[in-house]
Amino acid sequence: MRSVSIIGVGCTKFGERWDSSLRDMIAEAGVLAIEDAEITGEQIDALYVGNMSGGRFIEQEHIGALIADCAGLSRLHVPSTRVEAACASGGLALRQAVMAVASGYCDIVIAAGVEKMTDVSSGTAADALAAAADREWECFFGATFPALYAMMAKMHMRRYGTTHDQMAQVAVKNHHHACMNPIAQYQMEIGIDDVNRSSMVADPLHVLDCSPISDGASVVVLAPTETARRFSDTPIKIVGCAQASDTLALHDRRDLTTLDATVHAGRSAFRQAGIEPRQVDVAEVHDCFTIAEILAIEDLGFVEKGHGGRAAEEGLTALDGEVAVNTSGGLKACGHPVGATGIKQAYEIALQLRGEAGRRQVDEVEIGLAHNVGGSGGTALVHIFTR
Amino acid sequence: MTTQAPRFWRSIPQRYNLLGTHCNRCNEYFFPPRNLCPNCRRGAHLESHAFKGTGTIITYTTIHNATDDFERLTPYNLAIIQLDEGPKITGQIVSSQEEVKIGMRVRAVFRILGKEGDRGIIYYGTKFAPLIEPGCQEREEKSSDSA
Repeated sequence: MRSVSIIGVGCTKFGERWDSSLRDMIAEAGVLAIEDAEITGEQIDALYVGNMSGGRFIEQEHIGALIADCAGLSRLHVPSTRVEAACASGGLALRQAVMAVASGYCDIVIAAGVEKMTDVSSGTAADALAAAADREWECFFGATFPALYAMMAKMHMRRYGTTHDQMAQVAVKNHHHACMNPIAQYQMEIGIDDVNRSSMVADPLHVLDCSPISDGASVVVLAPTETARRFSDTPIKIVGCAQASDTLALHDRRDLTTLDATVHAGRSAFRQAGIEPRQVDVAEVHDCFTIAEILAIEDLGFVEKGHGGRAAEEGLTALDGEVAVNTSGGLKACGHPVGATGIKQAYEIALQLRGEAGRRQVDEVEIGLAHNVGGSGGTALVHIFTR
Repeated sequence: MTTQAPRFWRSIPQRYNLLGTHCNRCNEYFFPPRNLCPNCRRGAHLESHAFKGTGTIITYTTIHNATDDFERLTPYNLAIIQLDEGPKITGQIVSSQEEVKIGMRVRAVFRILGKEGDRGIIYYGTKFAPLIEPGCQEREEKSSDSA
């Protein structure tokens, strides 16, 4: 297998993009990434795009061909594949692209992610997202996505004494980070009281514990590490790339306070990279809800099981903490256009490793990690990056 | 929610009667029914099993903000219940928000779950209600006697 590197990145502003379509956004992010990598269309061997639900959100399937067309690559007939794993679609697209280059089948490959969610009402969007859960045995009985994570939170609180204030601290931190990220959806500070006072969605999760509905697109360009320096002065090496699955329904899991898919993908990625969790300097983790970040930092091994809430409270995951978590603002405050999220995470880590993260730049970054989850934990992807 | 009756009808045995499966080889019970045992896979010996319908709340939440289909029910309680035979399932708890607790004993009850508008089919299925077990009652009576 060949070593694979990122040679270019691009990302749109995330948010309620009333003036932009899915087509506009994917072209915008694609052009940014291709210009960053200084490649031409003729050099692109394949495209992979993560998109959760074009069918439900914009009544458009066949997103693979669509993005090749929008990128101006239709006359070059570049193969383009859409992949789907709910909110982990972007991470999955990255992994498909990595495997295409690593195997030697392709040299220059585009990994993209895109979602246009605000063309439908919030009720329709919530229902489309709920399709990532078990439609027949969770949603049929009235389960919503926040409800599934709320039930994990409730059990974590009872078993480990985690408090809602500790969860709220995750939102406060991620909003703070987002204020320093020009592409973030919510560039505004919030306090713990704001989270506690926001309306209840599913006890104990309030509105400000939840990631928003967003539009956005992200793109990274991959090449074999051996030729990466021809395209970029600061290529970012992908040293770990792992994926794991688990039961679709939350109730079937071994433990409701652990995402086993994260644990397995994490272990596999750390083994590939030959590093320990404590060596990670900066991580983008899947904080679709505040409790999800607490579970993620535990399941990835940054802190012991049950200590995630305390870690958030004590600032271990802040910009100047032991591991800076969600410097982009995370899903919570940067926004969560579901298919784009996994690629945006790689984009943020690449900026941090290049030293181009502006005011939110973490000092002396050597190792970065991206963690993307589909549904309530049915799929997890972990990628590890170095300079 | 589905708008296709066949999709609902074919799961009626499970939804109306908590009918699952049991693997004779590894002795694990499955609900909803699995046709492939994740332990024994093709070596499994699966048979149909009707669950008693009693169980314990493992975790729960109260939903204040639901999808369009369930908005009229808000706030409602949703829980993961471990059936006495072992498998865990998701279901609504018909009781007040204050009453629901982790560890609470519940029993399956037959209820309307949803409707496809005024003219469409009505979905029936299982919810859970607090279970007052004869044993518990006796203990409660005894403790009140001694008090």
